Amino acid sequence: MQLTTEEQAIARGALGDAAAIAMHIVVDMTELLGGTQLVEISSAHIDGCIYHGDGGVEFAERLVSGGAKARVPTTLNVGALDLLHPTRVRGDQHRYDMARRQMVAYEKMGCRPTWTCAPYQAGHRPRVGDQVAWGESNAVAFVNSVLGARTNRYGDFLDICCAVTGRAPLTGLHLPENRYATTVIDTHQLSPTLKNADVFYPVFGSWLGSEIGDEIPVIDGLSANTSEDRLKALGAAAAATGAVGLFHVAGVTPEAPDLETVLGGREPARVIEVTAQMIRAQRDRMSTTDEGRLDAVAVGSPHFSLSEFAQLERWAEHIHFRIPFYVCTGRGVLKQLEDQGRAAALRGAGVEIVVDTCVVVTPILPAGGGVLMTNSGKFAHYTPANTGYEVVYGSLEDCIASAEAGHVVRDDALWS
Amino acid sequence: MVSEIRGRNLITGEAEGPVLKLAAPISLWGGVDPVTGRIIDPRHPDHESVITGRVLAIPATIGSSSSSAIMLELLRQETAPAAILLGSVDAILTLGVIVAREMGYETIPVLQITQKDLAKLPNTGYVRVRGDRVVEVRSERG
Repeated sequence: MQLTTEEQAIARGALGDAAAIAMHIVVDMTELLGGTQLVEISSAHIDGCIYHGDGGVEFAERLVSGGAKARVPTTLNVGALDLLHPTRVRGDQHRYDMARRQMVAYEKMGCRPTWTCAPYQAGHRPRVGDQVAWGESNAVAFVNSVLGARTNRYGDFLDICCAVTGRAPLTGLHLPENRYATTVIDTHQLSPTLKNADVFYPVFGSWLGSEIGDEIPVIDGLSANTSEDRLKALGAAAAATGAVGLFHVAGVTPEAPDLETVLGGREPARVIEVTAQMIRAQRDRMSTTDEGRLDAVAVGSPHFSLSEFAQLERWAEHIHFRIPFYVCTGRGVLKQLEDQGRAAALRGAGVEIVVDTCVVVTPILPAGGGVLMTNSGKFAHYTPANTGYEVVYGSLEDCIASAEAGHVVRDDALWS
Repeated sequence: MVSEIRGRNLITGEAEGPVLKLAAPISLWGGVDPVTGRIIDPRHPDHESVITGRVLAIPATIGSSSSSAIMLELLRQETAPAAILLGSVDAILTLGVIVAREMGYETIPVLQITQKDLAKLPNTGYVRVRGDRVVEVRSERG
């Protein structure tokens, strides 16, 4: 390892015991990843604030007691509690107390209590080429791909170690030569109608992740106006079913002005021509039941944006939901909704707004299981294992119609 | 029959146990319950298998960055595999073991082996992971 004088001093305790532990972990990981140097980072996003067991609390509190402070602007991902609606999350007192302690510990280290998996919707938007250390799989995919900043897929605990030391391992996606696309995903065979539907993007992302693992894809044939919400949905799904930390979209994302540039002038290792059949088959795999029964709807993974709320408001006007309709979002987005006087109408229609967390990371759905419908590829992926619910995937319009009807209603025209 | 596979030591240690070779990549978060050590993802081909005490061969990791937190919990609650053989290295799974070591929990050996060697591992049987980066594969307990 080639550490700078400052890095060596931090490892010896110049910034306190906790920063020394953090530096040891960063250095160990760098060696594991085959690197020899660290890189200075300008921001961090922390996934490690969510409670998965008491070990995470012990680690965070050990850092706090050792004087750890984030050295760079740092946002926090979701916790295991909705701090603004304390009765939202089920669970025993021990779990509540520990989840809260874990969240508080990260605040004490100077991280911004954004509590969202979409920090890019809370003003945390690094610039193209910025070196950062981000955790949470969708956030990693977004910051690399859509914003063009540079991070590896960092696991819980390394994220805060990077924030506290201001360093990350100089390996992988931090290095420009490793960011070129290796695989071309050609979508020209897919109909413009399909590609112009929001419901396509989570399905396409889920297919992409399971197909390419950790290769770096460039997607060709999408509209130059592909919205940020669609890219967000695509990346989140691909990062759930695969190990996608970076994807390019030719003519859309910042490192892919065209195919040749993003391939670095090299021939792609693979070219995959996506067919409607592949996408239909993936859509079928995203549901685990077709019985029609429905107990709840959940949207907002990644956290709902203001523009997604506007869509929901447009389609759900004059509707009252017969079953729970959860919308997960960041507290920053909720504040804007409230300031604009929009939250009350949503609640009046039966929307349950969840902040600071979401329905697949902590017990929110009614106990006893059932069937959950979602328009999120990520929720479709994690719901069965994490909640015990069966899952049905549909568009946002399908979710609204189904929650109004009280059973699954899906418009299959797009898929036939 | 004895065969040896050389690996790259990510976390040094010695352990042995029955092999559990996963048929597909996994995300520990959303994939494994740290309390029971059971694979809980119903879409995973090894759904319902228990990883506790096994020499767990993983072709690749996918999905959540919270998988390091699940790894830490598996070690803290003593529901972890006996050892892990990884077909590819990332900054998530092994990280959980490194953090456990910093916390003073008991850790397990983690080796990186080639995908080719991973494919050669038997689906059942008993293997020993030694500190000298060698995997001994025996067809029966001995």
